Amino acid sequence: MKICTVLKQVPDAEASIRTSGSGVDLAGVTFVMDGMDEYGVEEAIRLREAGHTAEIFTLALGPRRFEEAIRTSLAIGCDRAIHIETDEALDVITQARVLADAVKKEGADLVFVGGKEADWDSSALGPALAEALGWTHLDWTTKFVLTGTTIEATHDTDAGNETVKLSLPAVITTQQGLNEPRYPTLPNIMKAKRKELRKATLADYAAHAPLTKIASEAIQVKARLNKILSGEGPETAKQLITLLRDEAKVI
Amino acid sequence: MILLVSELNAGKLRPSAREIVTAARALSAIGDEIHALLLGPGAAAAATEMAGYVSHVHFCEDAGYEPFKADVWTAAVAKTAADLGAKAVILSASRSGLSYAPRVAIRLGAGLLEDVIEVESDGATVGAKRFTYLSRVTESIRSLGLPVVISVKVNILSPADPAAGAGQVATIALPIDEAANRVEVLSQAKASTGGVSLDEASIVVTGGRGMGGSEGFTKLIEPLAGCVGAAVGATRAVVDAGWRPYSDQVGQTGKSVAPNVYIAIGVSGAVQHLSGMNRSKTIVAINKDKDAPIFKVADYGVVGDLNDVVPELIKLLKL
Repeated sequence: MKICTVLKQVPDAEASIRTSGSGVDLAGVTFVMDGMDEYGVEEAIRLREAGHTAEIFTLALGPRRFEEAIRTSLAIGCDRAIHIETDEALDVITQARVLADAVKKEGADLVFVGGKEADWDSSALGPALAEALGWTHLDWTTKFVLTGTTIEATHDTDAGNETVKLSLPAVITTQQGLNEPRYPTLPNIMKAKRKELRKATLADYAAHAPLTKIASEAIQVKARLNKILSGEGPETAKQLITLLRDEAKVI
Repeated sequence: MILLVSELNAGKLRPSAREIVTAARALSAIGDEIHALLLGPGAAAAATEMAGYVSHVHFCEDAGYEPFKADVWTAAVAKTAADLGAKAVILSASRSGLSYAPRVAIRLGAGLLEDVIEVESDGATVGAKRFTYLSRVTESIRSLGLPVVISVKVNILSPADPAAGAGQVATIALPIDEAANRVEVLSQAKASTGGVSLDEASIVVTGGRGMGGSEGFTKLIEPLAGCVGAAVGATRAVVDAGWRPYSDQVGQTGKSVAPNVYIAIGVSGAVQHLSGMNRSKTIVAINKDKDAPIFKVADYGVVGDLNDVVPELIKLLKL
């Protein structure tokens, strides 16, 4: 079996975001592997530890800086990696098409994708990739059990959660709760340096015209009233109710 | 023309069905003709209601559309959009909507405008705004042509008023493609949010680590939520500790909500939590730590022990 883990490198959640000109300025920002992608890498490694014979490869589409996150995935246990290097901010649908072509070329039975990207706040890549491959997908997965080629999994829905059964091949998008990702150890970080990290370019895959483009990015912070009460519990509770009823008129 | 997909919840139109009508009307540059598609049990009755808002309503009562399955919905929506020659397909960015909108976009060769808060069109392209970078940045995005698939963030746009005349209502034959029906639902568990879905609720009461345990939720958060008809939310620390199910989580790795009122109790306000709620209209925070970051985004705050404040709030609201 071949398992593919798709990953992105994104600004650390604690990094402060600023804009310059008409876009986000990422100069000086600390980047990390997207936390949602870590769940996918971890789940792939656990499948192998559970006895599934699997080759696990990392697939990433993005600028040169992604290398660091890719190396981290190799240090955690992925066997090799393909980095389609580009500085183009391709829209998510076009990315999915390029990645689908790469997955087809490498051959894979199971693909893990982060449930939501911490930079573009998008949860579209997994479903779009599945569609481009002609596969089914399951999103927001919190429990995943593979027996042979049958998956039994639990995932979040609008109303709560549901447990489902499906077969490989499939794209699985992650959600917190799926597992507790491990940290790479120093010896494994050293070993990862010798693992294959193959560079590719968009020209190596079927060409797809972009469908949307980002026009501008701005930071718009809603001004808050910041009316903070302190004092005895019963008194502040009363004041709060009065403010919500008579001033904000929301309850 | 524009195709809307109106979601049902237990056979009734979701409130978001009127929000996406507002989005469609903002795109009159690409056509005044708005069609709505309704799928699943209850579609016929809901179609009559939808006809008050749009020119044409197509409904299919097939039970195979409930519960939601991305593959099945993708096939039905993409086929309808292609048959009708839709220039834009608009649906709500619920968990289900976010799940199948990208698939429909791929199938139609369309651009995707995901989880948008505003749309406009010049007739040849569609522009939209959406939040990025954990809801800290507002991005303006533009399609490079048509058609487009648009998912609209829930609880942001105002619900549309009825149109002047009633639209035409007709059944549409969309048999389930069994070959595409690849996911079997074994069981479902409803969230304990009091019947209100978290992303549609107009009030959300969220408990954080400060609740101290699952008892804090049953004794304080749930009763308070009950007093004001709110849905219950939780932070990452809370779901990690197993006090609440993952589906209750608000934040980066959970749901993103924008209710009229968001009440955060015992919540410190980490960036990953703020990203799921910082677009709420009014934010209320109760925390004993006056330096908690949640107070920076709060409209109203109480610095105090939640065990003193919350029971008093419940008592006063019950009066």
